[in-house]
This record gives sequence, C-alpha cells and structure tokens, in this order.
Amino acid sequence: MSVAINIEDVKKIYNGVEVIPDLSLAVKNGEFFTLLGPSGCGKTTLLRMIAGFNSIEDGLVKFDSDVINDIPAHKRNIGMVFQNYAIFPHLTVRQNVEFGLKLRKLSAAEIKEKTDEILNVVKIEQYQDRLPENLSGGQQQRVALARAIVIHPSVLLMDEPLSNLDAKLRVEMRGAIREVQKHVGITTVYVTHDQEEALAISDRIAVMKEGRIQQVGAPHSIYTRPWNVFVSTFIGHSNLFFGVIATENGARGVRFANGWFSPVENLLPAEDGTKVIASVRPEELSVRDEGLPCRIESSVFLGKYMNYTLDFGDGMVLPDQPGIEYSQDIGHAERVFANGETVKLLPNAKKFNVYTEDGSRSLIKGVVQYA
Amino acid sequence: MPESRSHFKWDFWTFVIIGVLGVFMLFLIYPLFTLFLSGFQDPYTGRFSMVNFAKFFHKRYYYRSLFNSFKVTTAVTLLAVLIGTPMAWFMSSFRIRAKRLLDVLIIISMLSPPFIGAYSWILLCGRSGVVTQTLSKVFNCEWPSIYGFGGILLVLTLKLYPFIYLYVSGALKKIDSSLSEAAESLGCSGARKVVTVVMPLIMPTLLAGALMVFMNALADFGTPMLIGEGYSTMPVQIYSEFISEVGETANFPAAMSVIMVLVTTVIFSLQKYIINRKSFVMSSLRPMHAKEISGFKSLLVHGYIWLVVALSLVPQVTVIYTSFLKTRGQIFIPGYSFDSYRAVFSTMISSVKNSFEFGLSAIAAIIVLGMLIAYLTTRRKSAITNFIDSLTMLPYVIPGSVLGITLLLAFNKKPLLLTGTAIIMIVSLVIRRLPYTLRSSSAILYQISPSIEEASISLGCSPARTFWRVTAIMMLPGVLSGAILSWITVLNELSSSVILYGGDTKTMSVAIYSEVIRASYGTAAALSTLLTIATVASLLVFFKLSGAKDVSL
Repeated sequence: MSVAINIEDVKKIYNGVEVIPDLSLAVKNGEFFTLLGPSGCGKTTLLRMIAGFNSIEDGLVKFDSDVINDIPAHKRNIGMVFQNYAIFPHLTVRQNVEFGLKLRKLSAAEIKEKTDEILNVVKIEQYQDRLPENLSGGQQQRVALARAIVIHPSVLLMDEPLSNLDAKLRVEMRGAIREVQKHVGITTVYVTHDQEEALAISDRIAVMKEGRIQQVGAPHSIYTRPWNVFVSTFIGHSNLFFGVIATENGARGVRFANGWFSPVENLLPAEDGTKVIASVRPEELSVRDEGLPCRIESSVFLGKYMNYTLDFGDGMVLPDQPGIEYSQDIGHAERVFANGETVKLLPNAKKFNVYTEDGSRSLIKGVVQYA
Repeated sequence: MPESRSHFKWDFWTFVIIGVLGVFMLFLIYPLFTLFLSGFQDPYTGRFSMVNFAKFFHKRYYYRSLFNSFKVTTAVTLLAVLIGTPMAWFMSSFRIRAKRLLDVLIIISMLSPPFIGAYSWILLCGRSGVVTQTLSKVFNCEWPSIYGFGGILLVLTLKLYPFIYLYVSGALKKIDSSLSEAAESLGCSGARKVVTVVMPLIMPTLLAGALMVFMNALADFGTPMLIGEGYSTMPVQIYSEFISEVGETANFPAAMSVIMVLVTTVIFSLQKYIINRKSFVMSSLRPMHAKEISGFKSLLVHGYIWLVVALSLVPQVTVIYTSFLKTRGQIFIPGYSFDSYRAVFSTMISSVKNSFEFGLSAIAAIIVLGMLIAYLTTRRKSAITNFIDSLTMLPYVIPGSVLGITLLLAFNKKPLLLTGTAIIMIVSLVIRRLPYTLRSSSAILYQISPSIEEASISLGCSPARTFWRVTAIMMLPGVLSGAILSWITVLNELSSSVILYGGDTKTMSVAIYSEVIRASYGTAAALSTLLTIATVASLLVFFKLSGAKDVSL
C-alpha cells in the first residue's frame, strides 16, 4: 500500500562535507512530489536516502510512522526508476517486469495477471518478448516504469527519468508518467532539474539549493509567489529591480530607483524607506506611456512571444543578472520594437513580488515557505 | 535528538572481504614473508644476516646471471618492438589478405608454451638438428650455434613480439580517423603525420607493451633452461641453486628470489606509472581506414608479415611433425608412426589428466575469485579493498620460479604441509593467472551502470542475490575474455609447476620438460602437440562462444 513519507531533520555527510545539513519534509500519501533544484543541490542524494542507497547520518526517514533508517534497500518495498533506465539487458521486457514479482513468491498465475495488466497500462505489450537493446529510449523508460510499479511499492522514486530522452519524447513521457501515477495512486518522489517538467507534472514541488529546502508548494504558487529571490529566478525568469518601501496618496508600495511608484496592495508591514528587491517577470511588464524607461538591446522571436533584452541604465537593476527581459505577447502586441528604441515599461503591481534587501524572503502577505 | 545511525553493518560483501583477505594472507603474504625472512637468514646459524646477498654480489658466477638476464631481456624487448610495431601498423593501415587467419596464428604462437619454442629450435638447429645436419652433410658448412644468447633471443622474440603487435594494434584501433584527417587538413601528412600525431598517441601503449615483454622475458624459465646451456639467467640460476639445495633451508635461492622480486617490482611500478600517467583516453567512432596497396609495396608488406608469422609458427609445425616420426626407444628412425602417442597414452596419461584436473579447478577458482575481487575493488571502494587491490598486483612481480620456491618454503612443514599435493599446484596456478581474469572483470564492471544493481535491489533482491542473478550474468562476457587467457596460460604453466610438482602431480608441461631433459623427443613432441591442440581448441571455443575476433590482453 502507498504510504506518506516523513523526513525529519536528516543529515548527509560525504567525505566530511555536509551535503544536506538538516532537512525536513512531508510527502502526502498518493501525492506526486518533485524535488527540483540545480545540480549539486542534494536532490538525488535525498532521493537515494529514501531508497536506502545512501546512508543517513542523522535524523529519521519514516514511511507513515515506521522509521526505515535501518531497513536495507531491498526490504523497503520501493519502486525506483533511473535516469539511464537500468533495464536488465539480459532479460526480455516481460522478464524485466516479472523480476520483482518473482522475488515476492507469487503464484505463476498471479505473476502473469499482474504483468499483463501493467504492460497494458504503460502500453508496451507489443514489445514484451523483445530484449531491451531493441527498444527506443522512451520504450525502455516505459519498461522501467512498469517494472517499478508492478510490485505495488510503498513509494515510487524517480531520478531524472526523462533527461536522457529528446525534447518531444520528454513531453510525451511526462504525460504518460503522470497518467500512470494517478491511475495507480502511488506516492511518488520525482527528481528533476528541469523546472518546466516539474511545473507540468507535480502536485507539489520542493525547490532545493545547497542541501536546503527553499520552498515547498503547488506549482502555481511556487511560480507566482516564490518565497525568496533564488526561487523566483530559478523557476522561470525574473528581473530584479532596486526599490524602497514608500507610501503615496495613502497607498503603500514600492518606489523604483528612477522614482516611479508602484502601489502594492498586500505588502507585509515594513517602514517607509526600507530597501527591497522588486522581482518582475518578463511577462509582468507591459509597454505604457509611463513607467520604467529602458532601451531595447536585442530581441529574439519565439513565435508566441517576442523576447527583448533591456538596458535600464545605471542603478535601476541588481548587477550580475543573466539578463533583463521583457516578453511581448505577439497575440496582443500593436507593433514590435527595433533595437535601440526607448520604451517605458509598467510592472503589473498585482503580480510582481517584493523581497527583503538580501532576497531571503518575500514581503507579500500570505506567501509561505512550506505549503 | 535521534542517535547516529551510521554504524557498521555485516553484509555479504563483508564476508567476501574477510574470505579474500584470508586467502591472500595464507597463500601470498605469509609465503612471501617466509621467503624474505629466509633470504635474510644465515644458512648455518639461522640468524639475521646479509650473507646470502654478499655471496651473490661477490661471485661473478652468480651476479653474472643477473647481467645475462638484463642483456637478453633488453635485446628481446628491443627486437620485439622493432618487429611488432611495423606489423601492427601494416595490419591496421593497409588491407592485408587473410588478416583474420594471421591474427589467429599470431595469437596461437603467443599462447603456446615458450619452452616448446626452445625445444623445437633445438630439434631443427641444435647440435643434431635437422637443419644443422643437412647443412653440414650437403653443403659442408657450419650453422651458427643455436645455444646460448642467440637462441634465447630468437625464441623469446618470436614468442613475445605478439604482445607488442596486439598492444599497438589496440591503440591504433582507438585512433579515430578524424584525428588523422584533422592533421591532414592542417597540412600535415605522410611520414610527418605518423611522427607528430600517430606516434605520440601510441607511445604510451607501446611503452607499456614493451615493459610487459620485458617482464615476461625476464621471468621466463623454460627457454633459457633448455636452450641457454652455459648462458644462465636469473630464473635458471635460482632454479638450479634451489634444486642443488633441496633438504636444506634454501636461504641462498631465497635471497636471489628477493633480488628478482625487487627488480620486477621496479619494472612493474614503472609500467603502471606510464600507463596511469601517459595514456590518452581515446574512443574512436570511426577507426582508421585500411588502404588498398598493390604491386611491389604490397609484396613487401605481405612478405614481411608472413615471414614473421611463419617463423613464429616453426616451433608448432616442427613439434607436430616430430610427434609422428617413428621411434625406437628415444631415437628417431625413418618412417612415420603413432609410436610417440602410444607411449604418451600408456605411460603419461596421468599428466594429461592432472593438467586438466588442476587446470579446471584453478580456472573455476580464478573466475569466482576474479569476479568477487573485481566487484570489491570497483564497487566497494574503501581502505581495505584498496589494500586487496594492491595485493592483486603481487602476482605480476613474482616470477613463476620464485612463486614456486616461495610456496614450497612456506608449506613444507606441518601443520601446513602441502608440498607435493594437488592443492599447492592449484594454488600456484590460481595466484599466477588470476590477474588476467581479474583485470577483464574489473574492466567490464566499469561499463555496467551501478543503477542496474540498484534497480534489482529496489525490486527486493538482496545485494548478494543481485550479484549472482544480475551483475555476474552481465559480467560474464568480460570475465570470459580474461578467463580464456587465464585458462590457456594455466594449461601451459611450467616455471612454478616444475618446482612444485611431486610424483603424482606432474602436469603436461612438466612432463614435456622432463622428457626433453631426458632427450626423449618423440614423447615430448606428442605431448606438446596435445597441449597445442588443447590450446587451439580452447581458443576456437572461446571465439565461437564470445563472438570475439581476438583476445584482449
């Protein structure tokens, strides 16, 4: 049966380095939960700690209320899908899927029934007698998924399962994974560094950086209301502006460095004059008669959007950003702009986010780190 | 606050580590320790002293053998490089007719026992050899003596150049043709390309191969023993000192063995250093294209290759031919017969049986140990498995005759009285030939993704079962490619067996050797032929089973 996973204050040390200093997390029963972060953030390490392939230096990992720290990997009843598929090359597709069932001492009839069913669910029946070397990457990953699910594991763990596939197949497979996961209703922990994939597939996402959880939440809230500047720039693109808290005509809001005032309704209490970072996504800007003046540096046409790189001049934006961008929705644009043109861009006051000066937390009401 | 949970766990691999360490301690460390101890002992008082070493370096009779060894070994290495390198270059850059056959013939000439080479060159060009006799009778001219330095050089070179050939061919195969094309696109072609691009790329491999030849030549016992006559090399000297000292403590041969091991250790370390430091990681998607050649050039290239291959096959042919000659007692008389085979089957069948019994037991142990140790040292890296890894290097630096003496010294007393038993024969075979299988097992393990094992474990298969059900099966092709070398060299093993054998444990190689010493050439030839057949048959079975086209060193 599927279980909830409770991770309490776990610590991981590799060669004397604290890869994960102290991490707690709760994954609900039946949930599709994604660990997302840049490489080296500890997401795979954490997954392998749940699987039992990495030791746990401190803290507890529980399936429901049972501590599993000392249970060896092969007795944890987990299903695991690997980045490189890890299909047994010497067994046929069917034998691969039966592998775990045979270890569970089921009757031959039961094994056949379960195998047939899962082969059907993941749509690889027609390849069942082939050797893996004759399968495409996507088909191999379907075999891996079937093999992991057929044993009815307590949890399904997936370690970047789509990163070896090409872009088109990736989109197709993530739909298949999501569908199968909902069909069998199994608690799933999914590791990826691809934010688009995470947004598309997950019930909830945990964004990690340097072994620490940055934010946990549903894809929509993580994207629209990131907890800190790291999350806002890691998930999607955000332009970071210097700003101060100000009050104008009784309305509280953010004053940008050029003096432009943008009222923000749901600001947390903060004194006027407090330095902040205003984080504005490229699609939260629009061309108006007044706002933030800037010069178009270059543009990239992406079909639905025109993506402009902007120059706001000195002192407006934080230094060392990968690029200041504005996405112009081609569907509603009156005209496109030429390089070197000067325009005024208005940030959408209802959408953009405001952070403390150090970028460590949001100043918007109702934004929570763990949801 | 939860307590720390990183405590040590006993699992299957812990027991394997303990078992492997136990085996190495008993059959390698303890005997070597005994050898060193014995070498530093005064033969009369039993006290610690350097007297044995002093004796060795004072008397020309003794230290000469060390010089002889170096002289002949250096000459062999140079010649092997000079013969093997162009051969590899020709075979990979030109379209050579019957390349496949040539490759197999070269491997056969390499894998046949070296002393058969010595012995058949004696049959041909020795004092009463066919060629010698014919020349003196018909043309009344003298054939230069085959005995001594020249003979050893001839036999060992023809036996060992295949190492260079196979190493360099391997390196050439790994050079992607784009490298060569890149050089040409930059205006560098012909000889200049070979010197500035190809040579530097194969140099590390060539050096490693050369040192391999050096080690083999240095440690070879059978060839200098048979054909060297007065020209004594270290292994021969050690053997004869040891034989003449039986019953005593063997301190002096032990000291000589120590010197030998020190020398080989230096060379081996050098080789390791070169391989680690200077080899390039290359993977070729498009290997070099073999060019068509014709006319005089083709004649020259083919002529060269066939000459070398034919020369190196002369021993096999001679031996097979001789085995069918009619004999009376030990003398050949005109005509052909199966006399020699009859003699073998009536009096020496036990040696054939022994060879296969010991060989099969040894190869079984080698495969199991090789796979387990390879797994430990690649997948369970720790201080202990690193130690085990370095222990597995020891067989490379212990020449066969030295290993024989080492084991004999260590196991000639109760409670560890194993001298003259089958066990000690098998143990020496396992120690000596484990490295081939071990190396190929490690190599294939590096190609198997650890996540395959994790997949099996996550499905509920315990680590020990996973090893046998998944990892071992996937390792098999790689293991086999090393095991075939182990098996063939086990079958042909002489230098340690000749010291360790007892009345009931004579193997084919030992029997051939003693028949040659007794000048009973007919039976020796028949036995050698059987050995060659076994070797070739094993190779063919291997090629058939694995689909491989050559053996990897």
